[in-house]
Amino acid sequence: MNKQAQVIVVTSGKGGVGKTTSSAALSTGLALRKHKTVVIDFDVGLRNLDLIMGCERRVVYDFINVINKEATLNQTLIKDKRVEDLFILPASQTRDKDALTKEGVCTIIDELKERFDYIVCDSPAGIESGALMAMYYADHAVIVTNPEVSSVRDSDRILGILASRSRRAELGLDPIKEHLLLTRYSPERVKRGEMLSVKDVEDILSIPLLGVIPESKAVLRASNEGTPVILDERSDAGKAYKDAVARFLGEQIPHRFMQSKNILERLFGAEA
Amino acid sequence: MDSTLLRKAQSAFLLKGGAYTFTTLQLLSADLETIRLSLVDKIAQAPKFFEKTPIVLDLQKLEVPYTEYNLLELVQCLRTLQLIPIGIRGAPEPLQQVAIAQGLACLSDIRSAEKTETPKVSPQEIMPKVMPAATVTNKVITQPVRGGQQIYAQGGDLIVLATVSHGAEILADGNIHVYAPLRGRALAGVMGDTNTYIFCQSLEAELVSVAGQYRISEQLKESCWQKPAQISLSEGHLRITPL
Repeated sequence: MNKQAQVIVVTSGKGGVGKTTSSAALSTGLALRKHKTVVIDFDVGLRNLDLIMGCERRVVYDFINVINKEATLNQTLIKDKRVEDLFILPASQTRDKDALTKEGVCTIIDELKERFDYIVCDSPAGIESGALMAMYYADHAVIVTNPEVSSVRDSDRILGILASRSRRAELGLDPIKEHLLLTRYSPERVKRGEMLSVKDVEDILSIPLLGVIPESKAVLRASNEGTPVILDERSDAGKAYKDAVARFLGEQIPHRFMQSKNILERLFGAEA
Repeated sequence: MDSTLLRKAQSAFLLKGGAYTFTTLQLLSADLETIRLSLVDKIAQAPKFFEKTPIVLDLQKLEVPYTEYNLLELVQCLRTLQLIPIGIRGAPEPLQQVAIAQGLACLSDIRSAEKTETPKVSPQEIMPKVMPAATVTNKVITQPVRGGQQIYAQGGDLIVLATVSHGAEILADGNIHVYAPLRGRALAGVMGDTNTYIFCQSLEAELVSVAGQYRISEQLKESCWQKPAQISLSEGHLRITPL
């Protein structure tokens, strides 16, 4: 068993804040840094990780097939065409979350730990069984939050659940390492007082800041093209995700994209 | 019965004694509607605390003839409010039959220990009473209390060294100290001790309560909002002063 294998859950509580976008970007980023990475879609029934990763036409078997022993992991894992070391484990579109069992998930994660360095779990929204299953075996949690009151409240709720309903909590092991990923950040709106600032969110959630991803048109383009936004090297969002991955791996990188652009940057700078 | 079957049946369980503490609802009024309204109000202050709590009904203080009393409706009312009535004491013989039919146990009529300084109780008010804890155990919390979490320091003080988020509930039989912003709900003296306090570094609470007397955030905004504050009871009224 690869003792270094780490399970990372990307969760939020609130829906639509950027979990799948972030799961795709972070797992791609880790694989680009030569770490063997697999990203798992835990949103049974409403799967969309495969769309964001651009592999929806190559899905034959899914997570539930493996749990039910209808297919092997090898038959189900999809190798990413662009990035070496990156694999995707898609969710089922036709079944529902009751098909996910703790034992089934445990077996698969143990098997994945033998071949991969990082296992990224893309959680569904909410605090019910799908989300609980995605977080149960996590060593790290990336809490995706929009700088907006209901998202922050829901993230706070999910942090409480991580602290009590995960395997580490139940067995009294070291707690899950929490990382704040603030997405859809707009420095102009913060300046106008329309949006919560990074400091406001940090003050409420009290967890270390992994990264600030600016609001970006590139995200929609990327998901329509089926290319994780981190591969769009000209976009601010892509660069911000790259910084976040570096910070996750222990590098000290100052936070960019937290200040509004001045006129020169807007005219000559990278497109948002 | 076959001897092997008999031996199997005998090893199916062990009979043991056990001591448990239950909340007692000592009734002072027989008016069902008054009881129901007071309960709804009390439960609203700390919903999780009362949810699915076993309750013993104590009728010893009732002076109304038992014929005027509707035990059946009361038990149903408690069940509707998510309480679990498990027993009754101080009930005259005919009411005991009703109780048993309702699935309640008839417990012995030992007086529950009265507190030395019982606050003045009007006939309309109902005070839950519990055997006081023998030792005082304080609870110290060092991690943020997140929304949806509930912490209860039974039989002592609650000390929190990190933020209490919106949507969190902290309760104590004794005092509550929050050395950080208090943004959720804090209830001190939940068992009726009026001599308890709430202290916090920044008062931003959704609700504060001392021995059942409460105030919500709209009313709190007038005093010490987002400043260090202490909350206590003074002559039966909640008093908020700077710390």
